[in-house]
Amino acid sequence: MESTIIKSIDYNAYFGDNHVVKNVNIEIPKNHVIAVMGPSGCGKTTFLRGINRMHELIPNATAKGKILLNNEDVMEMHPIFVRLKIGMVFQRPNPFPNLSIYDNVIAGYKLNGIKLPKAEKDQIVEESLTKVALWKEVKDSLTKKGSFLSGGQQQRLCIARAVAMQPEVLLFDEPTSALDPISTSTVEELFHELKKNYTLIIVTHNMQQAARVSDRTAFFYVGELVEYDDTKRMFTNPRDIRTQNYITGRFS
Amino acid sequence: MDTSSMDKDLITLSNASLGVISPVKTADSLKIRQRLRRSYRQIKTENVFRRVLVLMGWVMVVLVLGILFTLVLESVPSIRALGAGYLWGKTWDPVQDVYGAYPFLLGTLLTSFLALIISIPFSIAVAIFLGEYYPEGWLPNLLKNTVELIAAVPSVIYGFWGLAVLVPIVRGWETKLGVQPVGVGILSSSLILAVMIIPYAASLGRSMIQMVPSPLKEAAYSLGATRWEVIRSVIIPYTKSGLFAGILLSLGRALGETMAVTMVIGNTSIIPKNIFSPGNTMASVIANEFTEADKPVYLSALIELGLVLFLVTVVINMIGKRVISRFTNE
Amino acid sequence: MTPSNIKYRIGKSRGFQVLTITLAFACVIPLLAILGFIIEAGITKINWHFLVNVPKPVGETGGGIANALLGTLIIILVAALIAIPIGILCGVYLSENKKSRLAYWSRLCVDILQGVPSIVVGIVAYFWLVKPLGGFSALSGSVALAIMMLPIVIRSTEETLKLLPDTLKEAAFALGMPFHRVILKVIIPCGISGILSGVMLSIARVAGETAPLLFTAFGNPYLSANLTKPMQSLPLLIFNYATSPYNDWHDLAWGASLILLVFVLMLNIFTKLITRKWKVQL
Repeated sequence: MESTIIKSIDYNAYFGDNHVVKNVNIEIPKNHVIAVMGPSGCGKTTFLRGINRMHELIPNATAKGKILLNNEDVMEMHPIFVRLKIGMVFQRPNPFPNLSIYDNVIAGYKLNGIKLPKAEKDQIVEESLTKVALWKEVKDSLTKKGSFLSGGQQQRLCIARAVAMQPEVLLFDEPTSALDPISTSTVEELFHELKKNYTLIIVTHNMQQAARVSDRTAFFYVGELVEYDDTKRMFTNPRDIRTQNYITGRFS
Repeated sequence: MDTSSMDKDLITLSNASLGVISPVKTADSLKIRQRLRRSYRQIKTENVFRRVLVLMGWVMVVLVLGILFTLVLESVPSIRALGAGYLWGKTWDPVQDVYGAYPFLLGTLLTSFLALIISIPFSIAVAIFLGEYYPEGWLPNLLKNTVELIAAVPSVIYGFWGLAVLVPIVRGWETKLGVQPVGVGILSSSLILAVMIIPYAASLGRSMIQMVPSPLKEAAYSLGATRWEVIRSVIIPYTKSGLFAGILLSLGRALGETMAVTMVIGNTSIIPKNIFSPGNTMASVIANEFTEADKPVYLSALIELGLVLFLVTVVINMIGKRVISRFTNE
Repeated sequence: MTPSNIKYRIGKSRGFQVLTITLAFACVIPLLAILGFIIEAGITKINWHFLVNVPKPVGETGGGIANALLGTLIIILVAALIAIPIGILCGVYLSENKKSRLAYWSRLCVDILQGVPSIVVGIVAYFWLVKPLGGFSALSGSVALAIMMLPIVIRSTEETLKLLPDTLKEAAFALGMPFHRVILKVIIPCGISGILSGVMLSIARVAGETAPLLFTAFGNPYLSANLTKPMQSLPLLIFNYATSPYNDWHDLAWGASLILLVFVLMLNIFTKLITRKWKVQL
């Protein structure tokens, strides 16, 4: 039996009085790709941002309940430690515009003031960029600014930046919604590689993407976790009528 | 975050998070443990930093209240001794211990409003030229930058130039008109001030005029209006509150301007009879007499002038800023 | 509607356009006149001797403005050291806390401070520093100038940081960076061109200020680098010597005016150029 890496217990999130994530209980197994889908405004992104405590950066945002990372409640931990263990990739590629490609990859170390020997930095940069299939494309232009890359390359650079910190879990917030189809497929191919070493949680509003890349899928609707199951099973034989409506396109 | 919850964080962390790391990556665990230890320090610094930022927010409030408090406190002797009549007193004679601020209030108002009247046609012309006629191109760009440089020239240099060049010219006019040819006085100050305040109304007016929605203008053009008619009946009415705010900000600058005025106004504490007379403004009398004020009431009377100046400029600037923010939010 | 009416209207429109253009360009005349006059009057006075000597007493020819140059540099440097950290941090506070009550009042106070007449700042600095310390001092002058620099630095920092996308901050937080590092290592470096231009403009603005120094730095005919003693500065020297009755001193003041003017205008123009070049591409 696979081991659980993340487990949420009665997790609730709010914006002021607005209850956006309601009583979510979910168990996420290690080294799997989990897709989180649902119509916009269903709380999927908020839940994702709750996992690494990014949710509370927004003014007025609060959360209740537990999220266990290896049986340790992240709500009790300091956000900095949570985020060192749970990396995140955003909707729009956001490399640091003032840093070179090289520095962007080791930004987590450099900007956190962690000094590493040059050889080790080189190794981290090469490994991380190789993992995201970007090494060959940029190895001759590591000193250029990250913002010179194309959108898809920038997004892979952002994934490399998260991977470089050796996290246990990687969160993706609609990682391909700002990318063209070709870049999207390169990023999707990465997911299969990355799950060997990490657990991936991917928020997407694109059902096909969920079906393509994930082992398991969670379906959110109006703040509730409606259904959570093996991806193949969910798409072929959904149990809840709302899931069925969603995947057959009766509402979006 | 308060300290107690911080400590709790640290305790849970030191107990729990180190255990988490051990399972697989034992080789990396030392490195990661070091990284975490470093992070404990970061958390403390983070909280200090947040507090420093809040402190900086307070600094500005304390600074402004401190300025007000100091001015009021140091004005108390004068307010006690002279009362409210001080502001209307027509004679200023420190030797005889007679203090009346009216000549300076009048001097300030005369110079500022005269300067404003002289500068408005020019600043509005710049605003219309850059905002409507030629918003782009190298020549308008050059004009824009040059007008901005007018505000950059130090006021002491305006004063010196006024003294050396403008005052003789004004003296020439005075000779022709048959008034006593002194040169220095209200008119010279107003002319210098007029030049100095052009950029403020001009740059604000320009940005306001550029904000006029083009459908409005096009509607007027489509009805056969000429350019001038569009400016007069669409652009000016639409931007009038913004132009007004620009003029207010110019006025605020003119009221508080010290050095240039001090150098060309003639520095007499007699009530000016006409625009050619020498006089004094509130700012210039402070500049001239502050270090000479040998009696407590004398010094305090000067500071009371400073207090009046402070309050008047604050009110004018606040009204101006309110008008601008209301205009830009619409 | 007759054709003559239309012709009249078009003519009126043309006439107004010509008037506007004439008035707009007339604004430049005083600036050019001042520049031309000061260059003409000042350029012949400036030489090496002028830059490295202190003024001579009345009646002796020669002498220079070394004391004022050094004084201006010291006073501005100290003022900048006070104003830049406070100003940038306060700007960060305002851009990070857009809606808090303190931020509202703080922002209002920045607005107020921006409009405070410089002479009033001089009075206040006199009571805060000169009187308690028992005498005029360069330090009190620096504090007065720092107070005038603050609103400019704060405003430009706040406006610059507000324009940075939130995604940048999120990227940094997601890497487990603590708040202070997010600000100091990511946010401020990304907004550096805007912040820097604010800093340079504030320096340009106070470099020519005289009124706040009248009762603080006071002026000093001798060379001095002591912060606790009176110190000469370019604008003070210009004011004192320009209003004196001696031609030799006027000459000195013209030379000083040219140097001050060139310094201030260069700083303004340089700022514009540098902000365009250093802009971080987002």
